[in-house]
Amino acid sequence: MLITCPYCGPRDVIEFTYQGDGNRQRPQPASQDLDAWNAYVYDRLNPAGDHNEIWQHSGGCRAHLKVVRNTLTHEISSVAFARGDHKAAMRHKAEGKS
Amino acid sequence: MVERQSPLELAPLELELRTGSHGDFEHGIDVILSETRPGSILQLAAWPGQEKKLIAGIRTVTGLALPDGAGAGSTDGVRSVFGFAPGKFTVVDEAEGLGLAFANVVTPAIGTVTDLSHGRTAIRIAGPKAEWVLAKFFAIDFALPAFPVGAGRSTMHHDVFAQIQRTGADQFDIYVFRSFARSFWKALCHASEEVGYEVQ
Ligand SMILES: [Zn+2]
Repeated sequence: MLITCPYCGPRDVIEFTYQGDGNRQRPQPASQDLDAWNAYVYDRLNPAGDHNEIWQHSGGCRAHLKVVRNTLTHEISSVAFARGDHKAAMRHKAEGKS
Repeated sequence: MVERQSPLELAPLELELRTGSHGDFEHGIDVILSETRPGSILQLAAWPGQEKKLIAGIRTVTGLALPDGAGAGSTDGVRSVFGFAPGKFTVVDEAEGLGLAFANVVTPAIGTVTDLSHGRTAIRIAGPKAEWVLAKFFAIDFALPAFPVGAGRSTMHHDVFAQIQRTGADQFDIYVFRSFARSFWKALCHASEEVGYEVQ
């Protein structure tokens, strides 16, 4: 299984660390909403198909990534920086052109 | 700076850093292994939005311009720089004291400078079979079009994290944790036996 890191390019899965279900919504730390905490800790969609996941490229650039992986085929249909629209690589690119 | 000793030189010396020709060298030496021992190995990281200033600072201090793209870098043979992660760069100098040179350039508002000179060991592999030997270690593309001169890559060999910069058409500098350097060096020697190697 290969994951194409937005910074490093395609790499073997051995370089990555799974960091869990990407659908989880962590409640505010001070929240006393027990249902929300219960859902965060225990509730999982467990789909047979596309699944939102968080991975870290721990054996590479160490960026945290949002990955969509098909749990039946292991096909990776999308990879993006978990931080959101990470501009670092892009800025780096723009700088090089100037 | 505190005087450094190479981890490859710790006793028994003859086992690790045996200068001379080894392996199947009767048919020619296709790989040369050496420890480059740079005086300064730094990691620079920009806060989000400060990357441009950091890159400008690297140019001010080292005279090296970072080319286009993720993982891009450059080297002039004395100083080297390459990106190894978004907004993060490894900067190397033959001379000591590069961290001090950055002190007034990379301000706390721009990012951080971490001196890893004592924490990394720099190993150079050069020669016509350098790509071949490294391809046995790392699952990345070492072909020149995919990995141009100056560019850097973060990857690992088993669990040994490595930063690799191509510093010539058939030359690579590998930065590994000092504590893993001896075992990594040994493995590299074993992997080079089939092509014939020389330790310089
Ligand atoms: Zn990466």
